[in-house]
Amino acid sequence: MISAYDISKIVLEQSMRAKVGHIGSSLSIAGILAALFGGVLEGKGPDDPDRDRFVLSKGHAALALYAALHLRGWISAEAMNTYCADGSMLGVHPDSELAGVDFSTGSLGHGLPLAVGAALAARMQRSDRRCFVLVSDAECNEGSLWEAVMLAAHQHLSNLVAIVDMNGQQALGYTKDVLSLEPLPAKWQAFGWDVLEVDGHDVAGLIRAIESLKTRAHAPHVLIARTEFGHGVSYMRSQIKWHYLPMSEADYEDALKDIETLR
Amino acid sequence: MRGAFVRGLVDIAREDERVVLLTADLGFMALEPFAEAYPERFLNVGVAEQDMVGVACGLAEAGFLPFCYSIATFASMRGYEFIRSAAVLHRLPIRVVGVGGGFEYGPAGASHHGLEDIGLMRLQPQICLIAPADYSQTLSAVKATWDMPGPVYYRIGKDDRRKVPGLDGHFELGKPDVLGDGADLLLLSTGAVSVEAAGAVQKLAAKGVRTTLAIVSTLNPSPGADLLALLGDFPVAITVEAHRVSGGLGSLVCEVIAENRLRCQAVRVGVSGPPTAVTGSEAYLLRRHGLDRDSLTTTALNVLAGTYA
Repeated sequence: MISAYDISKIVLEQSMRAKVGHIGSSLSIAGILAALFGGVLEGKGPDDPDRDRFVLSKGHAALALYAALHLRGWISAEAMNTYCADGSMLGVHPDSELAGVDFSTGSLGHGLPLAVGAALAARMQRSDRRCFVLVSDAECNEGSLWEAVMLAAHQHLSNLVAIVDMNGQQALGYTKDVLSLEPLPAKWQAFGWDVLEVDGHDVAGLIRAIESLKTRAHAPHVLIARTEFGHGVSYMRSQIKWHYLPMSEADYEDALKDIETLR
Repeated sequence: MRGAFVRGLVDIAREDERVVLLTADLGFMALEPFAEAYPERFLNVGVAEQDMVGVACGLAEAGFLPFCYSIATFASMRGYEFIRSAAVLHRLPIRVVGVGGGFEYGPAGASHHGLEDIGLMRLQPQICLIAPADYSQTLSAVKATWDMPGPVYYRIGKDDRRKVPGLDGHFELGKPDVLGDGADLLLLSTGAVSVEAAGAVQKLAAKGVRTTLAIVSTLNPSPGADLLALLGDFPVAITVEAHRVSGGLGSLVCEVIAENRLRCQAVRVGVSGPPTAVTGSEAYLLRRHGLDRDSLTTTALNVLAGTYA
């Protein structure tokens, strides 16, 4: 098992060491990645052609992905300590040259089209593998996402699972103030997707929900995961500035104490 | 030429089940032979070029060879960031097929005139960039390059009747085809407008001007070494492309001349100046931009006489 606490702790440690931001966005998906990498994604390893695919479409939270891959044993501790260093392959956004990263991302709106292609490929190759794609709520501002939403539904891609990280924030404000998304579940449903609303921090519940998809509608599935930006760190919770800011030493000490509640 | 492309693709798909054809809802009276032969490998994604390229990358990651078909403007520009950040950065073997570059969709208006695709693709050194001159060369080019590693951009003409005399369907990746050995002047052309360059060569011959014509159907991998050898032999070279004068063949020729300190004057014939609302047939628009055989002949004579402005 991989825990949201372990992912969150690595996010804090590496953000502090590298003195970079995007901390709140990474913390909001720690539970989702713990569920995926700890209990959902199947395959013999990162090079198995028949492994489940995962696309971190909100690439700016790559640190949480690196943490999950490290906890799976695919990124060494030594490599983790190069996060954002000169010459490192571990940048703020992930590159597919890194074992375990199926697709490079960083430009919002790219992940879902890639995932639709991956899911189509699995079907054409008569494979049971699935494709999971994690998008941010603000990413639903991108038109290219909705192009792919339509195609996935038209193609009845039931081997495709999208997870929307509904933390309610984007770079310059709250999503409700920047560009209204709600009612987002109804929008995905209207586009022909099978919609589940879940708690994005309940790892066991996420695993159960994803397991239940296998017997649900013959349609692509979307989990609208209600999350908290900066989850686990009280002073980051729903604070816009923690989209970009790095932590001070004092911030870091406070954050480490706070996330103990995630254990 | 798009007929040649589809014909070639149908043959290739018979041999290789990795070949998939995607369209963003274009290709009426063109793609049917493929769609009918391989319905399970034909996908109309709807009017969604970004999605088409992204989906192609997802397919390519799993081992498919997806061809993405649209009109050159939409194929090259609407999904450009996907071409760059998904296909190029992942080194995935997708093929983007831009049909009717230049003014082949003449009366459709400026939105349909593909004048920037070659320049945009030249900016990505990992993209193999191919612009065949006529029907037979299109067929040869597709059959020679369909399974290359990494992404490929094809600028394919719309008109299947094009034929450049003497080219005889020859295509070799990265190599210009040199027609004739006239010592007075070098013309270089790329893509479907090459028939006009070839027509100008004949008109110039009638006036006693001996011309060499280089058909540059591969722009990347760079044909630079062959161009260097050619350009060194001529005091003046005229580039002909249904494209903006910057970024395409004319720019490539200028780079070779400048970087090698050649004593060769480059004259770039293409589209310059701001866009206008003026539209019309392809023949009219080529004439308007000096790209038809008569205008090219006049330009060549003026250049040789030292009266070209």
